Amino acid sequence: MSIFVNSETKVIYQGLTGSQGKYYGLLNRDYGTKVVAGTNPKKAGTDVEGIPIFASVAEAVGETGATASCIFIPAPGVRSAVLEAAQGGVDFIVAITEGVPAHDEALFYNQLRKDFPNVQLLGPNCPGIISPGECNIGITAGHIALPGGPVGIVSRSGTLTYQALHELKEKGIGCTTCVGIGGDPVPGTSFIDCLAAFEADPETKAVMMIGEIGGSAEEEAAEFISNNMTKPISAYIAGVTAPPGKKMGHAGAIVSGGKGTAKAKMEALEEAGVKVGNNPTEAGDLMAEIVSQF
Amino acid sequence: MDLFEYQGKEFFAEYGMPVSPGELALTTEEAVTAAENLGCPVMVKAQVHTGGRGKAGGVKFAASIDEVSEHAENILGLDINGHIVERLWIEKASDIAEEYYASFTLDRSAKKHLGMLSAEGGVEIETVAEENPEAIARIWVDPVEGLSEGNCRNWVKEAALPEQAIEGAVEILLKLYEAYVDGDADLVEINPLILTEDGKVHVLDAKVTLDSNSVFRHENYVDFDQTQTRDEREMAAHSKGLQYVGLEGEVGVIANGAGLAMSTVDVVNQVGGRPANFLDIGGGANADVMTAALEVINNDPDVRSIFINIFGGITRGEEIANGIIDALDRVEMRSPIVIRLDGTNADEGRAILEPHLSQTLQVAPTMLDGAEQAVALAKGMNN
Repeated sequence: MSIFVNSETKVIYQGLTGSQGKYYGLLNRDYGTKVVAGTNPKKAGTDVEGIPIFASVAEAVGETGATASCIFIPAPGVRSAVLEAAQGGVDFIVAITEGVPAHDEALFYNQLRKDFPNVQLLGPNCPGIISPGECNIGITAGHIALPGGPVGIVSRSGTLTYQALHELKEKGIGCTTCVGIGGDPVPGTSFIDCLAAFEADPETKAVMMIGEIGGSAEEEAAEFISNNMTKPISAYIAGVTAPPGKKMGHAGAIVSGGKGTAKAKMEALEEAGVKVGNNPTEAGDLMAEIVSQF
Repeated sequence: MDLFEYQGKEFFAEYGMPVSPGELALTTEEAVTAAENLGCPVMVKAQVHTGGRGKAGGVKFAASIDEVSEHAENILGLDINGHIVERLWIEKASDIAEEYYASFTLDRSAKKHLGMLSAEGGVEIETVAEENPEAIARIWVDPVEGLSEGNCRNWVKEAALPEQAIEGAVEILLKLYEAYVDGDADLVEINPLILTEDGKVHVLDAKVTLDSNSVFRHENYVDFDQTQTRDEREMAAHSKGLQYVGLEGEVGVIANGAGLAMSTVDVVNQVGGRPANFLDIGGGANADVMTAALEVINNDPDVRSIFINIFGGITRGEEIANGIIDALDRVEMRSPIVIRLDGTNADEGRAILEPHLSQTLQVAPTMLDGAEQAVALAKGMNN
């Protein structure tokens, strides 16, 4: 079992004809993901290594029965690509593209809430999602993840997501699903969305969470954990020593006005019963301890 | 991107908001000429990308040309929170009856735009928020619906602005919201928004931060990028397209991915070292980007050792190792290097590094070990 995507999920790649879209789309197909279509209005009727290209998401959904879409469109086009995917009829949208303006993110997030409440958007600016052995949508190197569970992973950072998968694999611990929610100001999927899904997934027995400085998503997650989670959790927050007022790479990763510090987040999580490590390795060790008790 | 006050006011003026006439001055002579053009009294205002200008003596009233000259002389070169004043904004002085506060920013928890308005302006809004939170009227605006005039008027009334300021405030706030959305701003703030002695609502200060991701639809923002405050190291890195933040320590850090770079900075601190920088080279880690990264770090005189922390995902370990070796051929390094290479084909990558290893080029099995080795090297060179 897994959350959001599994071996049956059929995926459309918006931007499959571009260099990034083609590269990762084909890698994802090689992994076993059901990559059923690409879209490009100017190249409809052609194909990319056997994957048919349609003019629109709606047409691709009609022809293939796809339920998910992955966006590899350059930042200026992401706003319309997200809305096209929702209108086209998919219920899970993964937006990999980085550099999307925050106002666009706020706009399409609220537009989806209003007009397409059942559509789940992941990203933008995220590595994507992988249910090891079943489905990999995005830019994660599939082989660094060990299939089978019992751990679910949710992370705000790309390379730290890989680090987390790696730490677990080294210890022989598998993963049900690993969700990279991205570090942008308005992520389509939150920690809470993933925690709730992991709590409901019978195969996931524990959750590893990677957060970072900025915003209050980890504090909100801590509150949710206190009230709703029965499964054990280990966590790591990046940016413990980041200076205030400096953006550390991610648009969201900034400590401002004394808010959003790693310390506050770690304390909130610890209070909610989460085992918090000081670095990714420690968080992995804590997870190994949790798993050894099953 | 942070705008200087004068840039923020030009930005606001484009949306029809009332700002005072003024001129930019880079020297005392230019300040005097500006004041002569405008007519005294004027305000002499330091232009820096930081708050607390008034307290630091960076904002002065000048009744005469002599005073303009004196203040300009004092303020140019002043250090305000580490920012040296190089620009002055000379502005026609206003008669202030009352001071308010107004801003729009994104509320990331609510995922909506947040407007804040207070009749208690002119002071730090954080202080008001702490000591007298009910003095701030908040409005959450759904980006899809926008800000209607009716909602804006109710908001102004809730903030308890006096009757005579309501119409003027509503008009300015609607324009402020338009500027915020249309201009892709992370923050627009007016503090103070004033009521003049003759009953007009007027913009007296402007704090604007623009979203650098929106440059593709605002070509003129490239000019604002030129006036960002960056230290020399950051300028060099920025020109090479690297994500770099200068810090105070001795251990240079290079990592792929923002999260891993942040985490590397943390781990260096945790094992008792001080990172010199945050540097994210992105996913690829090829020879060109590695060369650029090493050059930037090599030029930082404080750096005594370098920790390269790379996790190979799609990019394989061999490619990364070859990239590092190539880069080392191109750059004459001053400091010893520790490399932690993990992930896809890490063993193959380490095998490529193996014949090049020495006292000054080491490998480490894990992130923690790498940080410890790099910190030890930095301390060793101190002796």
